[in-house]
Amino acid sequence: MIAYILRRLFQSVIVMLVVALISFALFRYVGDPIYAMVGQETSLEDREALRELLGLNDPVVVQFLRFLGNAVQGDFGISYRLQEPVMELILSRLPATLELALVSGLLAFVFGVGLGVYTALRRKGWLSNLIMSVSLIGVSLPTFLIGVLLIWVFAVELQWLPSFGRGDVVELPGGWRTGFLTESGRASLILPAVTLGLYQMTLIMRLVRAEMLEVLRTDYIKFARARGLSNRAVHFGHALKNTLVPVITITGLQLGAIIAFAIITETVFQWPGVGALFINSVRVVDVPVMAAYLMLIALIFVIINLIVDLLYFAVDPRLRVDRANARH
Amino acid sequence: MTFHPRSTLRTLAVSALALAIAAGATSAETLRWARVTDALTLDPHSQNEGPTGALTHHIYETLVIRDVDGSLQPRLATEWRIHPDDPTVWVFTLRQGVTFHDGSPFTAEDVVFSFERVRHEASGFRALHTAVTGATAVDDYTVHVQMSGPSPLYVQNLTNFFIMDSGWAAANNVLVPQNFAAGEDNFAVRNTNGTGPYRLVSRDPEVRTVLAAYEGHWGDAPQVTEIVYTPIAEAATRVAALLSGEVDFVQDVPVQDIARLQETAGVTVVTGPENRNIFFSYDMTSPRLISANVEDNPFSHPEIREAMALAIDRDAIQQVVMRGQSQPSAAPLPPFVNGWREDLHTYGAPDLARAEELVRSIYPDGFSVTLHCPNDRYLNDEAICQAMVGMMGRIGITVNLVSQTRSQHFPLIENWQTDFYLLGWGVPTFDSAYVFDFLVHTREEGFGSYNGSRYSNPELDAQIEALSTMTDLDARNALIAEIWDKVVADRVFLNVHNQLLAYAVRSGISLDVPPDNSPRMWEVTLGN
Repeated sequence: MIAYILRRLFQSVIVMLVVALISFALFRYVGDPIYAMVGQETSLEDREALRELLGLNDPVVVQFLRFLGNAVQGDFGISYRLQEPVMELILSRLPATLELALVSGLLAFVFGVGLGVYTALRRKGWLSNLIMSVSLIGVSLPTFLIGVLLIWVFAVELQWLPSFGRGDVVELPGGWRTGFLTESGRASLILPAVTLGLYQMTLIMRLVRAEMLEVLRTDYIKFARARGLSNRAVHFGHALKNTLVPVITITGLQLGAIIAFAIITETVFQWPGVGALFINSVRVVDVPVMAAYLMLIALIFVIINLIVDLLYFAVDPRLRVDRANARH
Repeated sequence: MTFHPRSTLRTLAVSALALAIAAGATSAETLRWARVTDALTLDPHSQNEGPTGALTHHIYETLVIRDVDGSLQPRLATEWRIHPDDPTVWVFTLRQGVTFHDGSPFTAEDVVFSFERVRHEASGFRALHTAVTGATAVDDYTVHVQMSGPSPLYVQNLTNFFIMDSGWAAANNVLVPQNFAAGEDNFAVRNTNGTGPYRLVSRDPEVRTVLAAYEGHWGDAPQVTEIVYTPIAEAATRVAALLSGEVDFVQDVPVQDIARLQETAGVTVVTGPENRNIFFSYDMTSPRLISANVEDNPFSHPEIREAMALAIDRDAIQQVVMRGQSQPSAAPLPPFVNGWREDLHTYGAPDLARAEELVRSIYPDGFSVTLHCPNDRYLNDEAICQAMVGMMGRIGITVNLVSQTRSQHFPLIENWQTDFYLLGWGVPTFDSAYVFDFLVHTREEGFGSYNGSRYSNPELDAQIEALSTMTDLDARNALIAEIWDKVVADRVFLNVHNQLLAYAVRSGISLDVPPDNSPRMWEVTLGN
């Protein structure tokens, strides 16, 4: 068991290193950070001096190793754009993104499972057909457009919900700033969470529906019915329970995707999270922030995958047997 | 006379209520201001960048400030003049009775300190003060600034030179601006102590910055007593926030939304010319081009440059691409800048037949070339370039358009890697010399950094250098006119237009649109 974990950890470190190297190789194609850092009056000599000072003239490998050396010591440098330590910037923005991801993940899971079960049980009902058709639109419309449409309907026309920002936040001990504790904070969460979660909800709904239809045909459901169990017990006690294993796996993995893809939603709603920070940094080639953000996203994916792997290891005895056999 | 306790009580209650309403009306007039990006820093000497300066002007003050019409007005300096006995010294008389937000008095010592700080190598404004060799306090309210030579226009460089409190800077260890290489946090990035009409209440970078009127300010009390500044990056969201009543003032209105907002009840759109010209330029000097399919350099032929000028349809660009939001012009100089003349804005109607004839006279089969264009820097920049592709196509010039983000576009001009490009240029000093220094002078020693045309005329260079030390303003203006004649005759630029700024505000709010796009909340008036 420990050897397995160590091996997985080692692989995770390799993944992180590769991500860092690829991102560094890409940065040189994003543009020149100096242009955004100095006024138009700055002479070419001064620009060159600043470029030299920041080490931008060094070969990519040298820049990469310097970044790694500092990163290992927890130093991700100073943002070119905002002139603040990158780690502080990211940590101050992370709560906004995590709260948004959590709420939209929960929305997606609850409504996805609920609607999936409903459409599986009432396969031919008009409401099921409506839900299936609408969900198709949800999958095919780009996030950006959904966000703008929601803003137009609920903020401009109906004026029920705010169109941008995070509302008022409350600082908890430890520096975590939460929007859950204020009315404006909760109201501000609704539109971005729906926008971000819509795709995942549709995915989960369709998965649950397909799994349910599959399970409802199996023999043990027929036996359960034969035993005279109520519909409720059959549907939720037997069928749903057995569909949830893959659903939970997918949801867990999708949580990483939600955090990473929050970029567009955060931009549309001016949500002060790490995704918006990243986009603003890309615009002016703020290399320290871009590097740290990509490392953070890689870390989140690696951790989630590691947890999923370890859960499989714990849940599925065959994995252990196979590996034990394979070694001999 | 009878006493009615009830009615008296009621009268009292009503007047108390009226008082409360009146007090409420005068004590808190909040203006919620949305713009596409946030200020990068609150350090007044760090970043020479538009939105940063616009916010800083509310907290810190400059010696002089530019009015909406472009003229210099006194701010922390009440008078400024060249020393009568020494043309290399500028004399500033400072305003008395000014205090910083923490209560400490404003004196010459603070000005001297700020001159030191703004000239530090980590300062983003250093290039504007290279002619300064030192500043000295003659008394508490007089400062002498020693220049390396006669600099009659130096005061024009001071409209974004903010004065910091020397005592506060020393106490908080912010004697120099943020230094990227040092890798340390700087107190002045998030904290302020200025003399401006507003003091900082709170700041959450890229989320919300709140300012409140400073009671101890020397000027008239502003009508707007609280400013809530919010960056909203997405254009559609920014406009939605105004329509839903969540903000009162949107500074960057997308061109395509202006007409619709003008028709919306409760919203007013105000426009004004921006200090920024948009033009094309080309490599007219190299023996051959990087991207052209011919053996020589087409742009080196005056006929080709003339043909391009005959083919560009500025009115069509204004009407179709800019939806009326531009001032077409023939030379890269906004109308309020010193040296502008009526004929610099006049241009003839397109003459495609003549233009094509000129192109065919040198290249019977035409030629092709690559045009580089930014797609996120100027109003509808990419669309202007697309229009240009069509216009050039009609006279036998096949243009391949490469449009990319600003941080990829501008290095091409800096490194001379583009044959043909779009550029926008503002003139913060409001004097033609600024255009000549950066765009016309041969690239050498601090000159010509944006001269992507490789244009080089030693005679003109000498004249441009002479401008910076000429004290006889009439002779100087005559020389400026002479230089413009040569630049226009050589067709160094293929100018398109001057950009217009559009601000959208809730009805009842009136504010001016300054050419530097730095609106002033302390001058806003609130109606009804």
